[in-house]
Amino acid sequence: MPIEILMPALSPTMTEGKITKWLKNEGDSVESGDVLAEIETDKATMEVEAVDEGTVGKILVAEGTDNVQVNSPIAVLLEDGEDASSIGTASTPAPVAAAPVAATAPAPVQQAPVATVEAEPDYDGPMVRQTVREALGAAMSEEMRRDEDVFLMGEEVGQYQGAYKISQGMLDEFGEKRVIDTPITEIGFTGIGVGAAYMGLKPIVEFMTFNFAMQAVDHMINSAAKTLYMSGGAIACPIVFRGCNGAAARVGAQHSQCYASWYAHIPGMKVLSPWSAADAKGLLKAAIRDPNPVVFLENELLYGDSFDVPESDEFVLPIGKAKIERPGNDVTIVAYSKMVGVALDAAEKLAAEGIDAEVINLRSLRPLDTATIVTSVMKTNRLVSVEEGWPVAGMGAEMAAIMMEQAFDYLDAPVKRVCGEDVPMPYAANLELLALPNTDKVTEAVKEVCYR
Amino acid sequence: MANQPAKKPSRAPRKTSRAPRKKAKASPDEILQYFKDMLMIRRFEEKAGQLYGMGLIGGFCHLYIGQEAVIVGMKAAAEPQDTVITSYRDHGHMLAYGMDPKGVMAELTGRSGGYSKGKGGSMHMFSKEAGFYGGHGIVGAQVPLGAGLAFAHKYKGDNGVSCAYFGDGAVNQGQVYEAFNMASLWKLPVIFVIENNRYGMGTSIERASATTELAGRGSAHGIPGIQVDGMDVVAVKEAGLKANAHCRTGKGPMILEMKTYRYRGHSMSDPAKYRSKEEVQKVRAESDPIDFVKAMLLELGQLDEAKLKEIDKEVKAIVAEAARFAQESPEPELSELYTDILAEA
Ligand SMILES: Cc1ncc(C[n+]2csc(CCOP(=O)(O)OP(=O)(O)O)c2C)c(N)n1
Ligand SMILES: [Mg+2]
Repeated sequence: MPIEILMPALSPTMTEGKITKWLKNEGDSVESGDVLAEIETDKATMEVEAVDEGTVGKILVAEGTDNVQVNSPIAVLLEDGEDASSIGTASTPAPVAAAPVAATAPAPVQQAPVATVEAEPDYDGPMVRQTVREALGAAMSEEMRRDEDVFLMGEEVGQYQGAYKISQGMLDEFGEKRVIDTPITEIGFTGIGVGAAYMGLKPIVEFMTFNFAMQAVDHMINSAAKTLYMSGGAIACPIVFRGCNGAAARVGAQHSQCYASWYAHIPGMKVLSPWSAADAKGLLKAAIRDPNPVVFLENELLYGDSFDVPESDEFVLPIGKAKIERPGNDVTIVAYSKMVGVALDAAEKLAAEGIDAEVINLRSLRPLDTATIVTSVMKTNRLVSVEEGWPVAGMGAEMAAIMMEQAFDYLDAPVKRVCGEDVPMPYAANLELLALPNTDKVTEAVKEVCYR
Repeated sequence: MANQPAKKPSRAPRKTSRAPRKKAKASPDEILQYFKDMLMIRRFEEKAGQLYGMGLIGGFCHLYIGQEAVIVGMKAAAEPQDTVITSYRDHGHMLAYGMDPKGVMAELTGRSGGYSKGKGGSMHMFSKEAGFYGGHGIVGAQVPLGAGLAFAHKYKGDNGVSCAYFGDGAVNQGQVYEAFNMASLWKLPVIFVIENNRYGMGTSIERASATTELAGRGSAHGIPGIQVDGMDVVAVKEAGLKANAHCRTGKGPMILEMKTYRYRGHSMSDPAKYRSKEEVQKVRAESDPIDFVKAMLLELGQLDEAKLKEIDKEVKAIVAEAARFAQESPEPELSELYTDILAEA
């Protein structure tokens, strides 16, 4: 049967074009790949190549014709043994009509639905006093003993014993195969870690600090977080990216930044930020066991702080569950990482003034435990969000949006954000203090929403 | 090939009609198989171009026409446990590694029968069974990722080799050299295959690279490299065997620079102002990888015109079936929007 040649779309946006020139005439024989015609689009002049072979039976649209619609027949190709008389019966390689897209899309949702998270398991076993540093190291070592596929890579994690001594002793125990010192090449070793995770290994990639992860962020987002989706579920990426985040002390603008909201923005990723040593241990173990990419944001200034930690190897915290660190009735303060400590200090001061604050340690920034926050605000009717990060498009902005969407009727005051000041981090001691949230800023914000 | 100032080409530039190689290091049956595999890629890509023209494929669509000998020759040198990763110009790699043309074409049309259920598109398909790890759209990203696959082969001790394919444009990316360094330092079993088709989009290699001898790009990291005639499937296979032996015996990575050429535009909307029609025509006429093998088979008496037609018909039937499937397969269910974001524990 003769084949109709259709006006092709030569770009994603082309709807019509001009046939500037025919390079084959009626009667010419054509092989696949031969150039048939030149077409001018809004952008460029391009060639149309033949896909099928045969003889040009008829040219339907003359040279010079403008506004030829995409997909309209422009010529007829005859196969071996056919002659022009059969042209009436031409078959278009007709597009089978695309399945119509239903006009009603599912109701827009803010985030992909998250499976309900189980509550933190009750623990009444023995506790040990540990620093955050020790808890992080213990979490990694326990998981590496438990699972051969887990390994640690990063700068100075081995012989140097960790730039911040998190991996102290691990090279001795696990050897060079599993505790790997990398060159100072963040995008390279992050890409290698992600590639290894595609094949089922479970890398822990340590960034000396998250400031340097900026060089690797393409692999974290484009190669790690999106692959499960892009592969239709075929390729998972079980990997942990960890290191210290947020302001250190007196190290200037390039070494002091909170990246929480950057990563929390990304579907396909989980983002955790521990405060206490128990958080650090239970959440890091959960991150290592999780089959997804997990960004784990630590804080250098907490590494030396001591807390009580459950002694069990099986103490693993649920991802996606916030913790009410201090129950209260008058106002809800949400915070994560080092700011949980600041919020608790503020709550103590406020108590002395007769304000009973509830302090929520978010722990998980993605998925976010919206239910716990909303439930708290239904009781207190006020919310103050505290973070080290900048205000614009930060975690506090997300809190405010959640309140608008899910707790509007319960609010007795506008949401108040306490954030890092909207400036690069200064070096001078007095300015640095001024740039960060502190208890006074939090108590002030709380009094404002309590109209006190 | 014209305007290729390579200092030491591995073989003399081809004359108009290339004499079939006297001592082809492949059996006639093998050569016939390469012919079929290359033809499959070409016909598939031509069909994809056609479906694109009909509006059935959207967005970007990067065709592999002209470069078929590279992947077919390299696949012939690979072992079943090996893995492969490449850029967005990936349909040929998938077909050569045994992925189903129906599933690939249906992904191009964005249908539920596609390898990624229609959620990946032309640039993003994967198959663990085939050892194919994508399908990556960020130029150069697949190079450290490919070194990561090799890291996993070594860690698991499965004697596998990974092959990372990237272009003459990608070869200038910084992360490529970070990967070279670690792959060499850690002796990772990875073959870095540079598909030098002489252009990164519209920028010729001479306009993008301070040095155009790409096989030598690993010298700073102690990685040996060879330049290969990427239009000669048998030469590719020979180089592939050499590189595989190198990697599999713990000597670390190796670079293969495949000198090849892309006939079609970079993607579908390519104004083709950066090279002359004559240049394209000349390569097609003188160095076509499929014509080259065809001539070899005719010479060997392995093939006559009738058999040739028959093979073409068989291949076209498979491609037509893939195109039919790709149009009839339904679009993904709307509920698929929210699946495959996170893996279940
Ligand atoms: C990091 C990045 N920059 C730019 C692009 C846009 N882009 C896509 S392909 C391409 C050219 C790449 O050329 P080459 O590596 O030679 O591969 P080829 O297309 O020739 O196969 C460019 C610039 C991209 N996808 N990623
Ligand atoms: Mg190129």
